[in-house]
Amino acid sequence: MSEPNISHYLCIGCPLGCRLEVEEDDSHDIVEVRGWSCKKGERYGREEHTDPRRMVSTTVRIEGAALARLPVKTADSVPKGEVQAVCEALRRLSVEGPVKMGDVVAADVAGTGVDVVATRSLG
Amino acid sequence: MITRRPSQIHSVYDVVVAGGGPAGLAAALGAREQGAERILVVDREPEAGGILWQCIHAGFGLHHFKEELTGPEYAQRYLEQVLENEIDVLTDTFVADISRDRRLKLMSGGDGIKAIAARSVVLGMGARERTRGAIRIPGTRPAGVMTAGLAQKMVNMHGYLPGKRVVILGSGDIGLIMARRLTLEGIEVAGVFEIMPHANGLSRNIVQCLHDFDIPLYLSHTVAEIHGRDRVEKVTVAPVDEKMRPIPGKGWDIECDTLLLSIGLIPENELSRQLNLRMDPVTSGPIVTSTMETSMDGVFAGGNVVHIHDLVDFVSQESLLAGRSAGLAVTGQRPPADNIRLSPGENVAYCVPHTISTDRPHTVYFRVRKPLEKCSIRFGDVLEKKLGYVFPAEMVTLKVQPKFLANFHGDALSVDVVPRD
Amino acid sequence: MLDFAHIPVFESVLPFPNPAGAMQEKRQRQSEANKNQERSGIGRMTYDVTIIGGGVIGCAIARELARYRLKTVLLEKQCEVGFGTSKSNSGIIHAGHHSDTRTLKGRLEWEGNQRWDALCEQLGFGFERIGELTIAFTEEQRAKLEALLIQGRERNIPGLEIWEPDRIRIEEPALTGEIIAALHAPTAGVINPYEACFGLIESARANGVEVIVDFPVSGLKKRDEGWIVVGPDREIKTRFVINAAGLYADRIAEMAGVGDFEIRPRKGEEYLLDKRLRGMVKKLIFPLPTPTSKGILVIPTFDGTLMVGPTAHLTPDRENITTTAEGSDEVFESVRRIVPGISERDCIAEFAGLRASVEGEDFIIGPTAAKGFINVAGIQSPGLTAAPAIAERVADILADEGLGMDLRDDFDGGIPLPVRFASLPLEEQVRLAEEDPRYARIVCRCEHVSERETVDAIHRGAHTLDGIKFRTRAGMGRCQGGFCTWRCMELLARERGMKLAEITKRGGGSWIVREREDGEREEGSRA
Repeated sequence: MSEPNISHYLCIGCPLGCRLEVEEDDSHDIVEVRGWSCKKGERYGREEHTDPRRMVSTTVRIEGAALARLPVKTADSVPKGEVQAVCEALRRLSVEGPVKMGDVVAADVAGTGVDVVATRSLG
Repeated sequence: MITRRPSQIHSVYDVVVAGGGPAGLAAALGAREQGAERILVVDREPEAGGILWQCIHAGFGLHHFKEELTGPEYAQRYLEQVLENEIDVLTDTFVADISRDRRLKLMSGGDGIKAIAARSVVLGMGARERTRGAIRIPGTRPAGVMTAGLAQKMVNMHGYLPGKRVVILGSGDIGLIMARRLTLEGIEVAGVFEIMPHANGLSRNIVQCLHDFDIPLYLSHTVAEIHGRDRVEKVTVAPVDEKMRPIPGKGWDIECDTLLLSIGLIPENELSRQLNLRMDPVTSGPIVTSTMETSMDGVFAGGNVVHIHDLVDFVSQESLLAGRSAGLAVTGQRPPADNIRLSPGENVAYCVPHTISTDRPHTVYFRVRKPLEKCSIRFGDVLEKKLGYVFPAEMVTLKVQPKFLANFHGDALSVDVVPRD
Repeated sequence: MLDFAHIPVFESVLPFPNPAGAMQEKRQRQSEANKNQERSGIGRMTYDVTIIGGGVIGCAIARELARYRLKTVLLEKQCEVGFGTSKSNSGIIHAGHHSDTRTLKGRLEWEGNQRWDALCEQLGFGFERIGELTIAFTEEQRAKLEALLIQGRERNIPGLEIWEPDRIRIEEPALTGEIIAALHAPTAGVINPYEACFGLIESARANGVEVIVDFPVSGLKKRDEGWIVVGPDREIKTRFVINAAGLYADRIAEMAGVGDFEIRPRKGEEYLLDKRLRGMVKKLIFPLPTPTSKGILVIPTFDGTLMVGPTAHLTPDRENITTTAEGSDEVFESVRRIVPGISERDCIAEFAGLRASVEGEDFIIGPTAAKGFINVAGIQSPGLTAAPAIAERVADILADEGLGMDLRDDFDGGIPLPVRFASLPLEEQVRLAEEDPRYARIVCRCEHVSERETVDAIHRGAHTLDGIKFRTRAGMGRCQGGFCTWRCMELLARERGMKLAEITKRGGGSWIVREREDGEREEGSRA
């Protein structure tokens, strides 16, 4: 019998900040999620353990507009491990104004299948 | 930019709003809802929207729009609504002074110095950040010591970076957000240092801004000294004792070229003081009635200028009320005067508004002094509400219905937060 | 009280004036002219007098020598004058009764004090004789006050008077009731020392004195009828050298072969308080002086902000201008005993400076064994007060040493006075803003500093954020630059053609931001 695989997470569902423990077996199936105070917390623990995803917001360069930077966000969450790649891809981007809030400035960014959209109109 | 120069600026307005951030914009809409005709929003930036434009991260609007928006999205939605409602927005203009008869001295880059009269005024000037001088960090005064918000403006609005290796003092949300932001821009964040024994920001930010990037968070620590002649070269960090003073001999140096301060916000009340409004020393904001009216007739206030908020949604909610009240006041209408004084009781630092009335519902906002789990809010003897937890960093809201006060005949109520038996 | 009769209202239909575009060209030409002047033959001729050090003493000497038909140059090692000890000076113009007239500083103090009214009128910096109270808690201390009173009257210092507790309570109610007597000296005053430096040097330049900044002196070579002053990129030929090098005056004297004194830096920490306390104390409050220091004071600065300090501790390190926890404690404990209503909570900024003191604790002013090399060293309190008198004395010394001193007949003592927009009467503000709307665009929210004032400061020599700060007060208020820093940077970039990443806090390596390094760009797609 091997050591139990236990990972620790801080639940972000509410300010209680329950400390979650996720135990998985040798085949990486979740055995149990402990430490939560509500169902949301249990669900969060599962998701964060199996497929942690993040929204990314950053700015990209924009030319021909009143400001030098355009704030953007991923239209959906991306795998946590891809966040740096997304940012690197966006760092090389330059967008031409005018732009409308919601416009896609980069489709399928860094191969994640997620688009990046402008979070404001700028001209 | 989202701006539309008014074709005509009048010399008298029904409602003038000082500040075009989320508070001011909501107040303007509230005034319009109540039928005020001529409404003017004045903002010192080239574009109204306030601090939201630089808050490019999500977390806004969950309550208000039932969607999670980024700061710019929230700002744009509000600003467009304001402009659609034919509300005048004057940008690049600073409210330099207000007289006791509600005339305003405006200083405008485009129009020079002009006077405007208002039947009602709403103060929505927001807040500024606490600076180094407030906590007197010993050491030299090199370049590279700045507030997290200033760094945020430089990075997000203008595309410049504050440095290469950063230490952040203060675990408030602005500091945490900047820890992530700078890391995503390739800057090394050596650590976040918080003088209190608990973190100040949302646990979501602790996870997604610090844990995600393995940025260490040191609680009960502070920056004991700043080094560097022209530019920051290193800082000395150290654990603190019960008096919040660095423990001698336990500090260590961290090489860095930037120190960001995220040590709190202060309501920007210069105009309120110029008007001699009665102020609450705990909030550093004006004392307000349940209609968000200050001690001066016809001058209302909402948002961070009254007390520092955590969620912009509550800024909007509170300021909407201030605007509606300001709009109503234009026609001389006011709801019945408040008849109950609220005072902060056990474990409560302050409550806003400072008074309420028994004839209509209210939302009371307050903050606790110490964190507590499994507690109850006691609103005098008339209302008790169970809560799972309270934290100083998270403002509590309490909806008070007239029926609770139906049998209350006193003129003062204490708001307490106590452990449940 | 706002008198709205003086403020115009909006007209019904608004034109949208855009003076920015029209003025852009003019500013560009102006900016070019400034740069050219800086590059041209400055530093190339043989000078009559070279002043080493651009603190308030050097600047005062430069201004004094500007009256004469002389070729004078001032060398300053930092990027602007006054950026050394002078900008950290407490800004007090002393009444003159504290110092011993057996000392040089005692003799020059009252003389200097009397010069400041004329200077501030001509040069436009603020100066106000707010008066001073030296306080006593015990009978022993009261006796000392009486001695000071006699000393002062012997020197004909006007208005000295001992106040009893009743009078103190009425005039300064914020002072502790434990004070049993106070010596009032109405001739004491306050200025902003950096403003004095800028005003003095501008006037000097307007009358032909040359100024070279970023010029640390690394050597001095004696030549027949004069000296060669060695700097970073050239050597300057001069007949006379005035050593006004402050903290490094002993090193400069050593270079000249007459290093017979040692500068012992004495650090002073000062703490600025929130404007909310403005008016709480109206006069300078002094404890009784010690042999080495005037003590920890309460200073209502010219701009109305209360300042407390300075401490006085010797330090071996000439670059140690750190503020410390101990210094802060010392200042606030000391001040609380005098004004119980002051606490650390009201602190908005702190800074420290180093006094260039010497063992004898007196000024070292005079010619040396090295012919043509004149010391003006060891100038600590009351150095600022004495500065104009020191400058006159230096002129006398030069004459005695054989320099022909003919007065210029075209000497113009005045300079275009800097506008302090926020303190102008309303009608004046409206009129100026109508002429130039940049007066109405606010750059510094806390101190109400306008764009036009900031631009003027840049054209008068500010090329750093501190340069702007010390000329306009932008950045000195409650938010400590949170709002105005970026605006000032953009104005510097625009007016001086600088890149934002090149802008510094105060020269040298004090950059503010760095540029992004994004590498190759791709064009964005848009659905």
